[in-house]
Amino acid sequence: METTIAGREIHVNEEGYLTDFNQWDKEIGEQLANKEGIILTPRHWEVITYVQEKFKKEEPLSIRGIKNSGVINIKEFYSLFPGGPLKKATLIAGIPKPKSCI
Amino acid sequence: MSKTTAKKMLFILSKATLENVYAAFVMANGARMEGIESEIFFTFFGLEAIQKKKLEHLHVATVGNPAMHMPTMLGGLPGVEALASKMMKKEMEKLDMPPVGEFLEILSDSGCRLWACKLAMDMFHLDKDDLIDEIEDVITIGQFYDRANTDNTHIVFV
Repeated sequence: METTIAGREIHVNEEGYLTDFNQWDKEIGEQLANKEGIILTPRHWEVITYVQEKFKKEEPLSIRGIKNSGVINIKEFYSLFPGGPLKKATLIAGIPKPKSCI
Repeated sequence: MSKTTAKKMLFILSKATLENVYAAFVMANGARMEGIESEIFFTFFGLEAIQKKKLEHLHVATVGNPAMHMPTMLGGLPGVEALASKMMKKEMEKLDMPPVGEFLEILSDSGCRLWACKLAMDMFHLDKDDLIDEIEDVITIGQFYDRANTDNTHIVFV
């Protein structure tokens, strides 16, 4: 389905995740974050860049992966993206929601 | 974003076989990942999973477990349980499942609160020093029920 984000027509799934990463840019990311009540800081952007890189390399995301990423620890991860950090970070980053149970 | 109405998941872990410990940990971690509060109360043999000296030596049960598809007599032979546990840990590592100690750290850092049962601690003559630092306190079951202080709290016994 289509929705308007930052004045543009964007393809998203029923949960609001972008279905085409090529449509993502920083402005879209900011709008998606605002909808989740998050104002992006440079720390948020570091995490977003990290999850996007993992996505581009087709490597699965997990909470343990975040812990060992060297980018951020779990406590800060939860405080930056309250209420489901991996779900929210991937939503804002324009990549699919991780399917893993861990 | 999420459709769940669950607000808080309280787990009681009473066993220390790998399959039970991991079931509780994955569910508790999964709740946090979905933005749901979660806590674990370790009681009886569940206390093995939070004792510094024991937590990395947990085993899968090979006897009395028909799903292992192994004759009970064979499952009871020396070394079989250790071998089965080793194989299971290897498979879990492939899926990026952390070992018990690391999993407890992840849970604690994720905001999952961890408690030990007072009655079981007394029964096994354990002291808070025997437990990992992530355990917040030793409490009674009544105090644990008090943690069910919000609507849409669920208590799961493992």
